[in-house]
Amino acid sequence: MSRIGIFTCGCGENIARTVDVDEVTKQVSSLPGVRCSANYKYMCSDPGQAMVREKIASEKLDGVVVASCSPHMHLKTFRKAAQAAGLNPYLVEMANIREHCSWVHHERRQATAKAVDIIRLSVEKVRNDTALDPIRVPVTRRALVIGGGVAGIQAAVDIADAGYEVVMVEREPSIGGKMAGLSETFPTLDCSQCILTPRMVEVGQHPRIKLYSYSEVEAVDGFVGNFKITIRQKARYIDIAKCTGCGECWNVCPLKKNPSEFDFGMGMRTAIYIPFPQAVPARPVIDKKVCAAIIRNGCKLCEKKCKAEAINFKDQDKLVEEKVGTIVVATGYKLYNIKKEQDKAWLTGYGEYGYGRYKNVIDSLQFERLVSASGPTSGVLKRPSDGAIPKNVVFISCVGSRDNAKGLPYCSKICCMYTAKHAMLYKHKVHGGEAHVFYMDIRAGGKGYDEFVRRAIEQDGAKYYRGRVSKITEEDGKLVVRGADTLAGVPVTIEADLVVLASAMRPADGIEELAQKLNIGYDEFGFLLESHPKLRPVETNTAGIFIAGACHAPKDIPESVAQASAAASKVQVMLASDELTREPEIAAINEQTCAACFTCVQTCPYHAVERTELRTPRGSFIKRTARVNPGLCMGCGTCVSVCPSKSADLQGFTEQQIYAEVESLA
Amino acid sequence: MNIGYYPGCALHGSSNDYEQSLRACLRALDVQLREVKDWICCGATAAHALNHKLSLALPARNLALAERDGHKQLFAPCPLCSMQLLKVQKAIAGNGLRAELSQIIEADLRGDGQILNLIQVFQTIGLDKLKAAVKEPLKSVTAACYYGCLLTRPPDVVHFDDFEQPQSMEAVLTVLGAKTVEWNYKTECCGAGMTMSSEETVLDLAYKILSNAAAHGANCVVVACPMCHVNLDLKQAAVEERHNKKLGMVIYYLTDLVGLAMGLSAEQLGIDRHFVTKAQS
Repeated sequence: MSRIGIFTCGCGENIARTVDVDEVTKQVSSLPGVRCSANYKYMCSDPGQAMVREKIASEKLDGVVVASCSPHMHLKTFRKAAQAAGLNPYLVEMANIREHCSWVHHERRQATAKAVDIIRLSVEKVRNDTALDPIRVPVTRRALVIGGGVAGIQAAVDIADAGYEVVMVEREPSIGGKMAGLSETFPTLDCSQCILTPRMVEVGQHPRIKLYSYSEVEAVDGFVGNFKITIRQKARYIDIAKCTGCGECWNVCPLKKNPSEFDFGMGMRTAIYIPFPQAVPARPVIDKKVCAAIIRNGCKLCEKKCKAEAINFKDQDKLVEEKVGTIVVATGYKLYNIKKEQDKAWLTGYGEYGYGRYKNVIDSLQFERLVSASGPTSGVLKRPSDGAIPKNVVFISCVGSRDNAKGLPYCSKICCMYTAKHAMLYKHKVHGGEAHVFYMDIRAGGKGYDEFVRRAIEQDGAKYYRGRVSKITEEDGKLVVRGADTLAGVPVTIEADLVVLASAMRPADGIEELAQKLNIGYDEFGFLLESHPKLRPVETNTAGIFIAGACHAPKDIPESVAQASAAASKVQVMLASDELTREPEIAAINEQTCAACFTCVQTCPYHAVERTELRTPRGSFIKRTARVNPGLCMGCGTCVSVCPSKSADLQGFTEQQIYAEVESLA
Repeated sequence: MNIGYYPGCALHGSSNDYEQSLRACLRALDVQLREVKDWICCGATAAHALNHKLSLALPARNLALAERDGHKQLFAPCPLCSMQLLKVQKAIAGNGLRAELSQIIEADLRGDGQILNLIQVFQTIGLDKLKAAVKEPLKSVTAACYYGCLLTRPPDVVHFDDFEQPQSMEAVLTVLGAKTVEWNYKTECCGAGMTMSSEETVLDLAYKILSNAAAHGANCVVVACPMCHVNLDLKQAAVEERHNKKLGMVIYYLTDLVGLAMGLSAEQLGIDRHFVTKAQS
């Protein structure tokens, strides 16, 4: 026979106004298994909790029902109190007679009767409760950061500075991401490289950061606290330990006409190259698609020049394994492809803007390179077709963004700002030049942001037209831009020397495959999903995996950095101890009755159920069965509902408990 | 090959040279045109400016007649006509307006047939077959392919080619051995029906089109629309006068060039009935 104590709370007047608390206390005292029933005005207060503790001790209670507010509010409070009195905390249940009763009813008599019913349910649940112990998972106290852009760098440095080892995986030959290629940053116009490259060096030299550049995450196994990562180190053809980064090799390379990825095709690079002089690691890589030595065993001038003997034309991809406890995904973004060829059927591109056909129609990242001091023109704005200084430049915002007809309904958030910056930089560089900006709305929310846009318009004289551009054609070497000024209500035609398209932000290539490897969610556009948009913005639904930067949604540098630091702090919490404690209210499979149909394995959204075998101590086969990995299970109960042999059950919410609760109302 | 044929008013009126050309051309390609019996005007721009239901009911009747006649493919050489027919198919898809339109026209509508514009007819015949039929490759032709507004628009109705940078007409001409130019006014409007109400508009638009084609090195403009031909050919003298510039740009129907390449004569194709001819320029 159980000894249950019921503690009914008046919640000041919140409950007592509608529910007759004394009457409830009296009625529930006679429920089967109830040892004592008491009430108090504020059960969550110190005296209230003291009452619970005293009664547990004096009445030797083996179960507690607190009839008060939502368990979201105070379940932890009362479980702690019970634990202090020596009762297993999972033998405490809450009967929610506030949100579920007093707050939503007016009629006192009926509300009182309903409160009694709610408590009766909880008493039945407690009678069927079993003592549970929190699950303890050992933690590998290292973190993986995927992506070495500004978000990844910030997260990695934060975590490493806190004393934990970090493994960083970057797909490109150098870290730095998109930010390393930007000219100046809004709204302060500080030089992007000047603020980023010291951080890159920090990553490169940090004793606790292990950098895998030119590498990708091949596979992810394990679960929170215990991930096993397989990393593919792509063949670089350079031994980066031997290489000194002297530059003899790329200076001697005769294949100089390869479009530079870092310059978005605005400049050229050699076949053996470092993406940019400040690259980290400052080690070259060979482009195997163009290098004559690799294609046809020719040339090899670089090998002859290399005193360090660091070049290896026979290099191959290598797979390495790393063990980490948590993961930060910071894979960043790419720009919407303005051309017609698209990677998704629902994207159409903008044939009418002639991008890819007219040399002087470029996207915003290309413009960044053309005005960057480290760019192919050393910061002198020269148009791509003939190197002339453009006297008239048209900037078009919302190319791809907020355009359902082209496939992307969302706002890319940063384009209004960088377009204002582009217009400003242009006006600073080309005195007497005209900057024309076509926009739909100016969205300049942020510290100093609207002031910045006003400055572009009012001080620097950028001409803003609210309207869309319908078509760009080329006539006599001029780009004819035809659009509308919807505020003036007139069509506008501008003869431009250069057109810059503020193309929408999309998640980086391969994001969906990576998300599938990590088992984290992504939306229809490929942006990674946070666990809760307001309260868990850097967590994913998979324990131990966090997100930062533009892989989550379009965002600017300050926001990416803030999110990266937030993710890093979450990582630090997780790595702070050797063990991770998880709630024990997770699924368990009765391996004796399991029919090994593995429906649960297929339906589990967290990949927490595994196929395994039962064997005798001597190793002979008994049967196959499903088994729950307690490190992964989130306790959603999907396996319970699909199990045809009723072998899966959720601890703390067993079917027996649910049925007992339902039957108590009969 | 047999296909259903809906000529539309223009081809039996002001643009009967277009019908002459396409009949001659398709006959040479062994395509039999089965004209829809008892067809009526599709309503063109006039109907949908007045009444949306009317603008659907008129082409709906033609569609029903074609279905009655058993045409699985219906060729409408005028892009406006073919767009109107496709608009009906779109309106009755998913049973949207099917019942109501059927009631108005007092005939059942299925909307399962295939509506073809001129270029799609050549695509259906097959560009390989077309290439094999070429007897005299058009080496001297450097054409500006002019699609006008309606051949590719509205894109969610006609679903034809890239509506901003189409290439399907170029593909046909390449097969004929002709050269094509990339130019700026491929899909711009010629003024269409404004030729009656605001001739100046047409003359200005046509001037832009013709002079841009010339500036990009074209020695002729190719169209697949009767209205485009009227505005660029018949009106060209007026264009030249208004803008005080000699243009002399020959305007061909696409079928003219296909026919010439297959060895048909200008007279057979009705090219001699155009207003701007080679002799003049």
